[in-house]
Amino acid sequence: MKIVACVKEILDPDIASSVFRVDEDARKVIPIPGLRSVMSPFDEQAIEVALRIRDALGEASITLLSLGFESARAIVKHGLALGADEAVLLTDPAFEGGDSFTTARALAAAIRKIGDVDLVVTGRQAADGDSGVVGCGIAELLGVPAVTFAMDVTVAGGMLLIERSLGDGAETVATPMPAVVTISHEVGKVRHASLRETMKAARKPMHVWTPEDVGLGPAEIGAKGARRVLERLYIPANDVECEYIDGKTPGELAANLVERLAAARLI
Amino acid sequence: MTKAIHVLVVVEMADDRPVDLCYEMLGLARRWVDAAGGAVHACVLGNGLDGVGDDLIAHGADRAHVVDAPVFAGYQADAWLPDLAAIVANVKPAAVMVGHTSQGADLAPRLAFRLGSTVATGCNRVSFADGKVHVTRPCYGGKAEEVVSFLTDPAVFTVKSKCFEPWPAQEHRSGEVVRVNSVLDPASIRTHVREVRRDASDGARLESANIVVAGGGGMKGPQGFELVSRLAGALGGAVGASRVACDLGWCPPSRQVGLSGKTVAPELYIAIGISGAGQHMAGCANAKNIVAINTDPNAPIFRFARYGVVGDCHQLMPALIDEIEALRK
Repeated sequence: MKIVACVKEILDPDIASSVFRVDEDARKVIPIPGLRSVMSPFDEQAIEVALRIRDALGEASITLLSLGFESARAIVKHGLALGADEAVLLTDPAFEGGDSFTTARALAAAIRKIGDVDLVVTGRQAADGDSGVVGCGIAELLGVPAVTFAMDVTVAGGMLLIERSLGDGAETVATPMPAVVTISHEVGKVRHASLRETMKAARKPMHVWTPEDVGLGPAEIGAKGARRVLERLYIPANDVECEYIDGKTPGELAANLVERLAAARLI
Repeated sequence: MTKAIHVLVVVEMADDRPVDLCYEMLGLARRWVDAAGGAVHACVLGNGLDGVGDDLIAHGADRAHVVDAPVFAGYQADAWLPDLAAIVANVKPAAVMVGHTSQGADLAPRLAFRLGSTVATGCNRVSFADGKVHVTRPCYGGKAEEVVSFLTDPAVFTVKSKCFEPWPAQEHRSGEVVRVNSVLDPASIRTHVREVRRDASDGARLESANIVVAGGGGMKGPQGFELVSRLAGALGGAVGASRVACDLGWCPPSRQVGLSGKTVAPELYIAIGISGAGQHMAGCANAKNIVAINTDPNAPIFRFARYGVVGDCHQLMPALIDEIEALRK
């Protein structure tokens, strides 16, 4: 079975909002000097799903695919150290300034070039853009089914069985392959890179592809191919003034809070 | 003179009626079209949809496109896309709105790409000027917001719940209900739902509750949530949770409030042992009044709170329950 896991390099999503800064003119987040970028956490969980499928089947080839800057090599290497077999990095200045559509288009073209792919897994959304569009977009461009918000994926009788998260429950979805499955955080804990896999990772193939390698012209990618315009990026102000409740004991604090809430007719 | 426009709202059904978010989207569409001129269209796919078209007209649609067949009894993108694309080709809307739910987030990207356009997801503000749609959406885990416009038609976007006012229902509003003949070839459906499991609705529904009591990492375990439950019960409210608490198995995932969970906008949101990280605030930012209870005075939650208590929730919760039960008497 051939699995492709699409992964994205992002700035650390867990930095405190107190140090998070945006350059409104450039419409970009200001990176914090010295702070390393990471793999989007939902994409790590996608790799974990691929590894669990391989554990269950006994065999599967897992190829990592990433569209990014040269710096994305580091997070792709991390994915190889987790146990993926090889990697493809799509990188070129012409890819810059794109949107979810051009990203999906580039990744779909690379998946076609990789060939004979049974399953594409990727996080349900990137923890920076939070759009959740690329996974389904790849499926639509490849003409294959997509199942979103997967909590668990098994292979049975040539089909994929997916436990899919609903707002208020779950459903079991069956789909033939090839298919795209987007992975949700309910997948749970991901394994750590073992020492053995980390040492093997250095020797695993990392291919670097350009737009020409995947048959895309300059008008189809990056800022030239984008279908949406980023008009503004900013940190929203919040003008709430917090009234701190006084009290020396939990009993006093509770009494004072309840009094304030009752006075404000909230309870 | 602004050109008259058509706006299409894609309706999601639950328990045989449109979900509340659909009425909110119809309200948004109605106000837009009343200002610009044009028509509000709603389209709904399902099985057994008698009366739904009239309900959508009453809530602001000028025309309701109803596709009613057993094959649409449950949602499947493969099943829905052909008829939606056909309705869009017919209506030629400037914008297509879909609710931001697990269904809408699944459907909208594929629909947008199939239409030769793109999609903006999880929008909390929409503005229209000079024929252009500008949508605002949270990003960077809720730490930032972006405003996006579209270079392709139609502008497809998913709308977060509780961000827009519904249109006040008028039973005798005039409009047209169109029964659409499906163009779907059922053999083209590739995915199938084998089983659905809905959570037992224990207590008040989170999304429509006026009061929410939410617990986070500070609960230190499932026992903390027993107190959260009791406090919610005493207030007549619903129980919510941060992602941390759900990931650790302290409460069911359906309680999760946040960017990858539910959006709530209650009158009162009591956040207990919740740090206030952006991805959580993205789910409760529209709460009218937030009360924060946390041992850490520097927790970001206090910047969003109307009332704050710096203290140990494990001691405060029992005291609060006592006070509220006393108040009730």
